[in-house]
Amino acid sequence: MDGTLATATIVLSLVLAAWALVAAARNRPPDRIQLLGLAVLEVGLLVVAALALVALGGGDRPGEPGAFFGYLVTLVCLPPLAAVLARMEPTRWGSAIVCAICLVTPVVVVRLQQTWEVLGG
Amino acid sequence: MVETDAPHRATNRGPGRLLIAVYLLFAIAATSRAGLQIATRFDEAPVAYLLSALAAVIYIVAAAGLARAGHGGRRVALVCCSVEFVGVIGVGILSLTDKALFPDETVWSQFGSGYGYIPLVLPALGLFWLWRTRNDPA
Repeated sequence: MDGTLATATIVLSLVLAAWALVAAARNRPPDRIQLLGLAVLEVGLLVVAALALVALGGGDRPGEPGAFFGYLVTLVCLPPLAAVLARMEPTRWGSAIVCAICLVTPVVVVRLQQTWEVLGG
Repeated sequence: MVETDAPHRATNRGPGRLLIAVYLLFAIAATSRAGLQIATRFDEAPVAYLLSALAAVIYIVAAAGLARAGHGGRRVALVCCSVEFVGVIGVGILSLTDKALFPDETVWSQFGSGYGYIPLVLPALGLFWLWRTRNDPA
């Protein structure tokens, strides 16, 4: 697997972070686009996770299995966490939360890639 | 950054909720890191790994305290943020002066440089927020 999909999730996450930041700056609560973006991001991350598991089934092994699975589990939990918190906080600060979590997600993607070159690190 | 229109500031609303979210992220990061390090290579750097575990516990308790708010929650959060602040500065100095004590990095090493210095800023923001919401009626 090449790193195209992982890169796409990074780009999407950063775009979403920028969008949410603008919303927060304009005193807007999380809008439909943010929640939709989080959903698309989550689907992308789930596909990354599925591809990783398929590679695992094919006999490949990550260099650090513990760290790899730690990052993988954390990663797929981030967009839902952002969505839940955004729904709990229907103010500009909800958008700020979406922004913060969308800034953390690319970091976790990169760290995940570093633990296993199968994902195109 | 903490300007809101509401005259009454609840500890666990608005900016407080953002703070809780960041604390949650650090709780997850520190817990997984410490858990993994202690499980796989505890002998290499016991002090560093135990400190990571302590940091993880503090982040979790601080997040819970902020989320719970009220008198008890705020007191818990105050203690956690204070310990965290002292911890990140203490460990930051120690990790620079006594490298033998920390052969491997912790969340707080070099003032949290591995985490974009957020571990240094976070307790300050936490304490500031607790001070801003000191009249929280909840």
